[in-house]
Amino acid sequence: MKILVPVKRVVDYNVKVRVKADGTGVETSGVKMSMNPFDEISIEEAVRLKEKGVATEVIAVSMGVAACAETIRTALAMGADRGILVESAVELQPLAVAKLMKALVDKEQPQLVILGKQAIDDDMNATGQMLAALLGWPQGTFASKIEISGDGISVTREIDGGLETLALTLPAIVTSDLRLNEPRYASLPNIMKARKKPIETMKPEDLGVDPTPRLTLVSVAEPPKRQAGKKVGSVAELVSKLRTEAKVI
Amino acid sequence: MQTYKAPLRDMQFVIHELHDSAKLTTMKGFEEVTPDLIDSILEEAAKFAESVLLPINASGDEQGCTYENGVVRTPAGFKPAYDAFRESGWTAIAADPAFGGQGLPEVVSKQVEEMLCSTNLSFSLYPGLTHGAYQAILDHASEELKQLYLPKMVDGTWSGTMCLTESHCGTDLGLLRTKAVPQPDATYKITGSKIFITAGEHDLTQNIIHLVLARLPDAPPGVKGISLFLVPKFIPDASGEPGMRNGVLCTAIEHKMGIKASSTCQMSFDDATGWLVGEPHKGLRAMFTMMNSERLSIGVQGLGIAEAAYQSAVFYAKDRIQGRSPSGTKSPGQAADPILVHPDVRRMLMTIRAYAEGCRALGGWVAQQLDQVVHADDPAVREAAEDFTALMTPIVKALFTDIGFDMASLGMQVYGGHGYVRDHGMEQYVRDARIAMIYEGTNGIQAMDLVARKLGAQDGRLLTRFFEPVAAFLAANRDDPNRDDSSLGGPSLGGMARALGHAFDTLKTTTAHITAAGQRDPEEPGAAAADYLRLFGLVALGFMWVRSAQVAQRKLPTANGDARFYQAKLHTAQFFMDRLLPQTAALAATIQSGKGSMMEMAEEMF
Repeated sequence: MKILVPVKRVVDYNVKVRVKADGTGVETSGVKMSMNPFDEISIEEAVRLKEKGVATEVIAVSMGVAACAETIRTALAMGADRGILVESAVELQPLAVAKLMKALVDKEQPQLVILGKQAIDDDMNATGQMLAALLGWPQGTFASKIEISGDGISVTREIDGGLETLALTLPAIVTSDLRLNEPRYASLPNIMKARKKPIETMKPEDLGVDPTPRLTLVSVAEPPKRQAGKKVGSVAELVSKLRTEAKVI
Repeated sequence: MQTYKAPLRDMQFVIHELHDSAKLTTMKGFEEVTPDLIDSILEEAAKFAESVLLPINASGDEQGCTYENGVVRTPAGFKPAYDAFRESGWTAIAADPAFGGQGLPEVVSKQVEEMLCSTNLSFSLYPGLTHGAYQAILDHASEELKQLYLPKMVDGTWSGTMCLTESHCGTDLGLLRTKAVPQPDATYKITGSKIFITAGEHDLTQNIIHLVLARLPDAPPGVKGISLFLVPKFIPDASGEPGMRNGVLCTAIEHKMGIKASSTCQMSFDDATGWLVGEPHKGLRAMFTMMNSERLSIGVQGLGIAEAAYQSAVFYAKDRIQGRSPSGTKSPGQAADPILVHPDVRRMLMTIRAYAEGCRALGGWVAQQLDQVVHADDPAVREAAEDFTALMTPIVKALFTDIGFDMASLGMQVYGGHGYVRDHGMEQYVRDARIAMIYEGTNGIQAMDLVARKLGAQDGRLLTRFFEPVAAFLAANRDDPNRDDSSLGGPSLGGMARALGHAFDTLKTTTAHITAAGQRDPEEPGAAAADYLRLFGLVALGFMWVRSAQVAQRKLPTANGDARFYQAKLHTAQFFMDRLLPQTAALAATIQSGKGSMMEMAEEMF
């Protein structure tokens, strides 16, 4: 069984993000970039399935600028077998990524695609669901546990009320939540070996997909600064302020 | 609070931009060491150090090692951390691929070491000592011993020690008494006591391989009669697994000021079976062949602590609000301004930063030359690199470790009383850093090595390996009027180069003075040694800073998002030139005063 895992290059979770002066987005040049943490979890899960003998091959896919190859290398160092880089100078929105992924699924014929439930840069939480719809495959989102048996997969998902377990038929889409696993540290020998694993590079045209953005970004701005609080002298004053100033009661 | 993120951007600056890592791939054995491979290694090492080693640093210090009936237990969390470290392959980073190593350059492995030292100095000593023992075995032991021991030491399932010191002999190893008696089966029976043995006994590995200095029955007295022996804790059986217990026992562990999670052992050898490493009576040389790399590693401990102290101090200086800025309120919404606004706090933070980044740059240069010693094709390049590393070894060891301790203390100062209490972990840095000035040859011995051995060696040829590149750089940069263009958003490179030029002239005059004074009076170099080493070190750091500023200035116009990094580099360079390099003048005056004021007082007046 082949597993396909898309990995996104995002601003590292430790970086304090700064909005560009012209409001067109956040500053990414010269900023430390790394793999979306949810995608690390997806890679880890896929590699564990391979180590258990359930999967035969793990393919890491990234899309965007050429530097995304480094994100793929990280996945290869964690244990993925090979990489595919879809190079695009245009910004890739979830629908474009889902379409490109569908084309890759048609080409590679995996039985399982594991995606991060969302990317920490735009928090869209959309690609997995869109891909499932495009493929007509069942989806198990926000997975905290998965188990494969025969041609089925059981997915335990984190929902508002607690946990829900779904039984899906393969091929299927899974999106991973934080508690699915704890990703490993890539070992030094595997970092070295990752250099020798193949990465195939292609363009959206090669996959017959028009990646032109369908959504327009109006502006990006810092959230308003929090104002200093006020001290009140008594409960009565608090109640009166809540009523007259905050107008919440 | 002990807080640390590996300074990856600065490490990349040092490796790639200052010391041109792209050249590595042209060297034999490093064909695959591309800049992006180096980056992935550093990133992964950083993750490990930050998330596995840092969390057990303060707890390891609190708990320390415990001793009971010959058994030493490391603090909670050390064994799982060591297992993870070993399984991730980090013990193999700089080892020979023939024995399972990754064969990566020193210029890379020393940066990884820095991260280990910043996050957990005690932990770093276990793999550090193993690597030293590995190197001695690799360079001098028989093929049989290498095959039997090295693969397991490289993969970290076995660890190593270096047993030199005895209670009556530390610096002067000529006095050592441990005996080795030849046996009919070509092994030796080793008997004697050793002290201060780092990692002599612990619970991290299946077996511990001691390298022991001892005397054969026919040994001439003094340092010319010392041989090196390999003494395993468990003698490997026929299948190479740990077998019979050998006659070596840990009799106590030391109670120390710092590095409490590192086990410092008294070891007793009682008819322990050992194997000769290298030739009889040539043990000292065998043990010291890897000294240049080892001493750079100790220097890196100082650097690592300085970096950790810097980051923790910056965290506090931004977080702690107290008083108002002398130039007017900076945070009107708060009861007080963060202490970062105060010039004196800036002085402390900039001092630590300028020394830490300067040492990283200088350490990177020495590491790059250590790689050249082994891997360069051209024998002339190898010779030049050997000269350079021999010259700089005592400097990086003593300078970096002196700085490490001073900067840990300065970092603590930023915290005020909160640095002196244990809760924030700042006093641990001070205690942990202190040992590095003492072990692996005290800093006084390093200074003597510099003035007594290195200056005069090869008719002063070693010295030219540092003087020539500096002189060439100054000639190219100090008088060029275009270099004074500060419109690039930073200070004037020409101005910095001239400041370096003055300090460099001072170094040259002082060097000539010491050499001449030494010919008149053998005590004079000793009186000048420590100050001279510091003077030399400051000039070397100054050279690194001017070169760093030059790189930063070139890159700044096209740096985009990286601009802040280069701007900070330029600010810090200017700080070093303005506020730290001028110490060279005081040091020169101190040295010129000669030995009189300390040697003339009669012994009984002490």
